[in-house]
Amino acid sequence: MQTTSLQDAVSKIPSGASIMVGGFMGVGTPERVIDEIVRQGKRNLTIIANDTAVPGTGIGKLVSAGAVSKIIASHIGLNPETQKKMLSGEIEVELVPQGSLIERIRSAGFGLGGVLTATGLGTMVEEGKRKIEVEGREFLLEPALHADFALVQAFLADYLGNLTYALTARNFNPLMAMAGKTVIVDAEHIVPVGMISPDHVITPAPIVDYLVLGD
Amino acid sequence: MDAQTIIARRIAHELRDGMLVNLGIGIPTLVANFVPPGMHVFFQSENGLIGTGPIPLEGLAQARLTDAGGRPVTAIPGASTFDSAVSFGLIRGGHVDLTVLGGLQVDSRGRLANWMIPGKMVPGMGGAMDLVSGARRVVVAMQHCAKGKPKIVRECNLPLTSSRAIDLIVTELAVIEQSGGRLRLVETAPGVSVADVLAATEAELEVPSSVPSMEL
Repeated sequence: MQTTSLQDAVSKIPSGASIMVGGFMGVGTPERVIDEIVRQGKRNLTIIANDTAVPGTGIGKLVSAGAVSKIIASHIGLNPETQKKMLSGEIEVELVPQGSLIERIRSAGFGLGGVLTATGLGTMVEEGKRKIEVEGREFLLEPALHADFALVQAFLADYLGNLTYALTARNFNPLMAMAGKTVIVDAEHIVPVGMISPDHVITPAPIVDYLVLGD
Repeated sequence: MDAQTIIARRIAHELRDGMLVNLGIGIPTLVANFVPPGMHVFFQSENGLIGTGPIPLEGLAQARLTDAGGRPVTAIPGASTFDSAVSFGLIRGGHVDLTVLGGLQVDSRGRLANWMIPGKMVPGMGGAMDLVSGARRVVVAMQHCAKGKPKIVRECNLPLTSSRAIDLIVTELAVIEQSGGRLRLVETAPGVSVADVLAATEAELEVPSSVPSMEL
């Protein structure tokens, strides 16, 4: 794990990268990392996230800035810009049921090829997917979803990279931290090693690659 | 009493002490206002919270505590928070006793369409497909008709949310139960006749000899 400035952390991300972004309607999204991606003018990004928030918040800023070419999400309904860009063909959108999306991300981080779920059976979601029968029950195979980077928002981080999260700002963050090849973390507070009780660590330190320092 | 209040009040009668309940956006959210006094129900918000409380007073919102629509909520004493994998494990794993969801259409076999209108509204399914597939009991809260057209139809022409049939439909006119892939009229709203319900419904309904009035 390295501590780094915001600018240096974001400079590791090339245009065209696939990026998992933590957060749910912007809650638990590393906002200043997003701002820096926009400032550095990254393009052609594939964003994997629950949603695209609203214009002016979180991933909504990436959409507005024209930084995104593809989105894999469960819900884009509260961001009219994403909908408009999807309909005009500027952004390709893959919609995935929320429970399947988080399991596809978890699979990537946990060394699994995918998961079997009944969600999506008999709907548009099953098109082009394999169906597998286990003990007489039918399931859909949802494959692991990998990404070059994970952008994670923590509540507390220590200087080794141990993380805890706050309330509903946890959401996709700990799973994405496991799944991203390179994990960039922004934390509300950075505390000395030993301040977070081992029982309260949600993401263990070796998972984190870069911890963004304050200004 | 307006349509939404009738629906929410009637669905509140489905709640039982100790249940884990997930309410969708819209009319379903109103059900939380009618929990019978003295009953304790766990409300889940699928962004990672059990123990969702009322909307916070102005100025007391906590930025890291929101519902599945991103709006500020409170957490009652005894609440718990968790990541999205646990949240959907609760849903798919059959740990959610009851979910209440809005609906665009329900077909004659009880299958729900509630996540998109092709070419018009493509918001994404969010957690709806997992909830219909995984919750123990699925209740649909919706107005009986949209712009005068029945929403309980022979065949859905909108994309389905799940191949699994829902359990109960509650509208401002009636309570309709699904069992064995068939729909059965079980209650009518006060002042509404069986004939009124049938006239506003396209799908075939079984009608028992006596249909009691909805308790509100």
